[in-house]
Amino acid sequence: MSSRQYRKKIILWVFIAAMSLTAACGGGTAGTKTGGPSGTAAAGTEPVVLQNVSYDPTRELYADYNKAFAAYWQGKTGQSVTVKQSHGGSGKQARSVIDGLQADVVTLALAYDIDAIQQAGLIKEGWQTRLKDNSAPYYSTIVFLVRKGNPKGIRDWNDLVQPGVQVITPNPKTSGGARWNYLAAWGYALAASGGDEEQAKEWLRGLYGNVPVLDSGARGATTTFVERGIGDVLISWENEAFLAANELGKDEFEIVVPTVSILAEPPVAVVDGTVDKRGTRKVAEAYLEYLYTEEGQEIAAKHYYRPRLEKVAAEYGQRFPQVKLLTIHDQFGGWAQAHKKHFADGALFDEIYRR
Amino acid sequence: MAGSHSYPGTTSPPARGTARKLAPRAGCTTESPLARRLLIAVALGFIGLVLLLPLAAVFVQAFKRGADVYFAALTEPDALAAIRLTLFTALIVVPLNTIFGIAAAWCLTKFAFRGKQWLITLIDLPFAVSPVIAGFLFILLFGAHGWFGSWLAAHDVQIVFALPGIVLATLFVTFPFVARELIPLMQSQGTLEEEAAATLGAKGWKMFRHITLPNIKWGLLYGIVICNARAMGEFGAVSVVSGHIRGETNTLPLHVEILYNEYQFSAAFAAASLLVAVALLTLTAKQWLERKRL
Repeated sequence: MSSRQYRKKIILWVFIAAMSLTAACGGGTAGTKTGGPSGTAAAGTEPVVLQNVSYDPTRELYADYNKAFAAYWQGKTGQSVTVKQSHGGSGKQARSVIDGLQADVVTLALAYDIDAIQQAGLIKEGWQTRLKDNSAPYYSTIVFLVRKGNPKGIRDWNDLVQPGVQVITPNPKTSGGARWNYLAAWGYALAASGGDEEQAKEWLRGLYGNVPVLDSGARGATTTFVERGIGDVLISWENEAFLAANELGKDEFEIVVPTVSILAEPPVAVVDGTVDKRGTRKVAEAYLEYLYTEEGQEIAAKHYYRPRLEKVAAEYGQRFPQVKLLTIHDQFGGWAQAHKKHFADGALFDEIYRR
Repeated sequence: MAGSHSYPGTTSPPARGTARKLAPRAGCTTESPLARRLLIAVALGFIGLVLLLPLAAVFVQAFKRGADVYFAALTEPDALAAIRLTLFTALIVVPLNTIFGIAAAWCLTKFAFRGKQWLITLIDLPFAVSPVIAGFLFILLFGAHGWFGSWLAAHDVQIVFALPGIVLATLFVTFPFVARELIPLMQSQGTLEEEAAATLGAKGWKMFRHITLPNIKWGLLYGIVICNARAMGEFGAVSVVSGHIRGETNTLPLHVEILYNEYQFSAAFAAASLLVAVALLTLTAKQWLERKRL
């Protein structure tokens, strides 16, 4: 009897200890929450928290940029600012903001995703003209990543449709990056065929016939190519290709820049609905404008995004070779058009990919 | 042993060992020793390949770049925040589901009423629904465009993409664990002891404390342990409602995925090793409790 009571006591004490331990830890969470996005902060000397909802490959970029901006803002206004990050597939992130994720600013992969937030009424119309360069402070393009020594001799788009070449690219239905890939390929094919859409379709059918797996996101495709070693060439964001070549497998990959590619503009916008509610408009706007300054551009270039500012662009000219870049606007009549023609259910991509 | 409350009238199972004595000495199969060994080797090989090897791989990967990197990955602010959030969520969810589980099991096994079978089936709903769907249910209810979205926005209450959403999603997914554990146990125990207590004048709470609780305590602890493991490990439902804000709404499983996608493999597996440790502790506790329960 006494041994059972003793045992009971031990269990009780273990339980209490576990409870208080987790409670102590939990207290910390509750404490930091009060300063989180739920609290309203007026632009003054009160510390302020900004929420930046972004897409997958920008983590390192914004981790650096947030520090630089915090220092700049503190120096200018005396207010300390913490920027919280959220990353994921661009379309998914836009969806979360529409469903109520409290973003002060969004920095996504395509204007199409920010348009979706605008249609939900959270961002005012004409957002893309509020900042310079279509609200895209940095840009990128689509390039090829091949294995060391380029064993399949890939130089340009046409080499991708040769028999026996395995091409890795994600699914344009779900991935922003994949849409840029697809549109760059389409642009090349259309130019090569002299504007004959049927021929371009045939060419794209050959290209996607060489794709063994369609990953759902750009990161997934990079992992397939780099980690799992599948495929001869990865069609990828330039910044993602640099990351793979410089940080994942040094001397294992090479970047090939095709003769023609697409101007990929990942745009940024202030979410009007959130900043007006939280009183963070001033600091949120400054956060995006600072991206266009020399320091902001320098950080973008360091993380393999092409800078807009002449001075910084010249400095990094070696890194980013000149390519003929098609634009979504001139070539495809904007994202809404491109979506309808190529990516909607039953549109061109479905027609091409059906075997 | 503690917890062996038996009363006359029930048929106790045959004592251990009797069945073994009845078995033929040469074994119950007629296969040749070679075939038998081969089969055993295949089974063990399979277990090793599917269960043990991946488990070992987690730790190998976690420590691949040394213990320094391992501990740095776990003490980094985002990782600490993820650990805290996971513990905090479990701390809210597990007690709530324990109370619910006991209440539901008590109600379903000690009383007879119409629609009882329906209620038991309903409790299993979270098992039947994919966690992703569970997450979307909460978005549909509490999202900005959900049923209660405009009311919540007007009162400045944030449910999804914040702690309450994570707690709700976890609550939903781990809802049946304790109840499911207790219902068969209490069903097999019947109501005889409670009836005896009632004839002696015991009221509800006293009856529960002195009769029911001691009878179910090992089963209950078992249920709590399993519920806790799932609460800490839940990925799908939480991923949908989290919003993935670093240092704020990232639980440990989400943190692992993010690190992996950022090519920080050592850090990802370091965080994963914590979850594996929870799993191993759970299994140990389960083993111990299972022996207690018999």
